[in-house]
Amino acid sequence: MAILVFVESADGKIKKTSLEAVAYAHAMGDKVTAIALGTIDKAELTAVGKYGASKVLTVSDERLNQGVIRAYAAVLAQAIQAESADTLVLANSSLGTPVAASVAVKIGASLASNVVGLPDTSSGFVVKQSIYTGKAFAMVEMKNQKKVIGIKKNAVELKEVGGDATVSDFTANLTDADFGTKITATEKATGDILLPEAEIVVSGGRGMKGPEHWGILEDLAKTLGAATGCSKPVSDIGWRPHHEHVGQTGVKVAPQLYIAVGISGAIQHLAGVNSSKYIVVINKDPEAPFFKAADYGIVGDAFTVVPKLTDAIKASK
Amino acid sequence: MKILVCISHVPDTTSKINFVENNTKFDTAGVQFIIGPYDDYALARAIELKETLSATVTVLNVGLAETEPTIRKALAIGADDAIRVNAVPTDSFFVATQIAEHAKGYDLILMGRESIDYNSGVVHSMVGELLGLPSVSPVMKLDLEGTTVKMQREIEGGKESLEATLPLIAGCQEPIAEWKIPNMRGIMSARTKPLTVVDPKAVDAPVNFQKYELPPPKGAVKMISEDNVAELVTLLKNEAKVL
Ligand SMILES: Cc1cc2nc3c(=O)[nH]c(=O)nc-3n(C[C@H](O)[C@H](O)[C@H](O)COP(=O)(O)OP(=O)(O)OC[C@H]3O[C@@H](n4cnc5c(N)ncnc54)[C@H](O)[C@@H]3O)c2cc1C
Repeated sequence: MAILVFVESADGKIKKTSLEAVAYAHAMGDKVTAIALGTIDKAELTAVGKYGASKVLTVSDERLNQGVIRAYAAVLAQAIQAESADTLVLANSSLGTPVAASVAVKIGASLASNVVGLPDTSSGFVVKQSIYTGKAFAMVEMKNQKKVIGIKKNAVELKEVGGDATVSDFTANLTDADFGTKITATEKATGDILLPEAEIVVSGGRGMKGPEHWGILEDLAKTLGAATGCSKPVSDIGWRPHHEHVGQTGVKVAPQLYIAVGISGAIQHLAGVNSSKYIVVINKDPEAPFFKAADYGIVGDAFTVVPKLTDAIKASK
Repeated sequence: MKILVCISHVPDTTSKINFVENNTKFDTAGVQFIIGPYDDYALARAIELKETLSATVTVLNVGLAETEPTIRKALAIGADDAIRVNAVPTDSFFVATQIAEHAKGYDLILMGRESIDYNSGVVHSMVGELLGLPSVSPVMKLDLEGTTVKMQREIEGGKESLEATLPLIAGCQEPIAEWKIPNMRGIMSARTKPLTVVDPKAVDAPVNFQKYELPPPKGAVKMISEDNVAELVTLLKNEAKVL
């Protein structure tokens, strides 16, 4: 049976988490076809072959240059049918997650979100899903013949396994009803490293005292090639934009390294960072609860420690 | 104008997560249950809309009798009446099916972007598909102009502005509104507001949650002196291998 993988792009590039979805499907061992919606450079599409897709479908309908959830779902459901696929794999994201849900209803599939590892098929088809905001996992049996799997960042290791994929056009039948929502504007930081995808995150809390002090965190982030994040009160008061808010009610990150500066480590903040591989905490209070969740800690004033750290990283390069 | 707000009944965000019965059941001992924080944002926005438009707000929960205090809290915050679908919310599709059964006739169907227990973030979109209506999530701003709904949706690294016409489903998150705390009058009046209990529609479960597990415990933290920041860089390079 074939697997279809929905790949998303940002700034004209296929997202890394989408390439992980291709690698995931490849590791499942079936024939993998990827599908990209909207206008994307052909070289980007053929390169998806490196991670295990033999074919990439491209749907160049101008209306799909914007991520309209139900329209995307309609295209994917039709592609699943056309490719005789029984499984759809995609990366969970602000677009991928709702699209996965729509497709699952359209095709009568079992759906799992935030899947962290390959399926166990020794008895049925069971995937491991992250639940309770990273505080636990569930083993979910997907019972229907058709399946939609949304994967969390780092569900599989990204390695090159193949060459170029062949690219072919796919035409979908879309009605006006599929475009029931109209996107009127998009505001997006371009060129920046996106927080949910970042390998290193530098995050600041209320201990930073004010937005005018974010410069030292930005310098550190720049030196590390990191994205910047913040705690909830920081975005609530408007020191930082809302999409940088990390935690239970914000972005859940899963970087290799999370550096928390002037954040106390409330359980709701930890819920958004507990999938990080390593955590560094810088806080002037030795009793800050964040130290208990950290791998490395420095007790000290952010305003002296952070510039020293930036310099030390520069010196070590 | 009729607004339906779907709420989940979930462990408080500070709860210790544990499982019992050979890791097949969530341990509710000592756990306090709350309205899902994202659902609470949806409810707060619904109440604001009710105050400015002439709207009624109904809350819906899929759960057994134990969820009634959570439902009463939503009534105390300002919802007019409530529906409880008397069933264990076994999975997203089951819950979405129950919501779709009762959502007909509502102009605006609001809920949180995800529940904080299973975090799947898919119920709103499933309801949209079941009803053939547009569904938008995660919505951080929602305003009505006649039957036009103007929204902002959070996307990775930014936001998207959207428009659609009612009826519509939205999965909400902050800063759509500020959480509301019930006042004494609200709490008193909630006791007598109508709460209808209905039986669920049968669904062939597409998934089965077989077992649960906790992540491995974290090792001890290594403390580094603030006068020796270079040591941290060395550890990140050679021990953690993340630089
Ligand atoms: C339902 C619910 C959901 C929530 N969701 C989230 C969420 O998603 N994300 C989130 O972050 N929070 C969330 N919260 C809020 C959370 O409980 C905390 O209030 C919040 O995380 C605290 O933010 P903070 O650490 O920046 O501030 P504080 O708790 O005020 O901590 C500031 C820290 O800075 C340190 N500090 C001060 N000055 C310095 C200095 N000069 N140098 C170094 N360190 C210094 C202090 O020692 C302190 O530890 C939620 C709360 C609730 C109830």
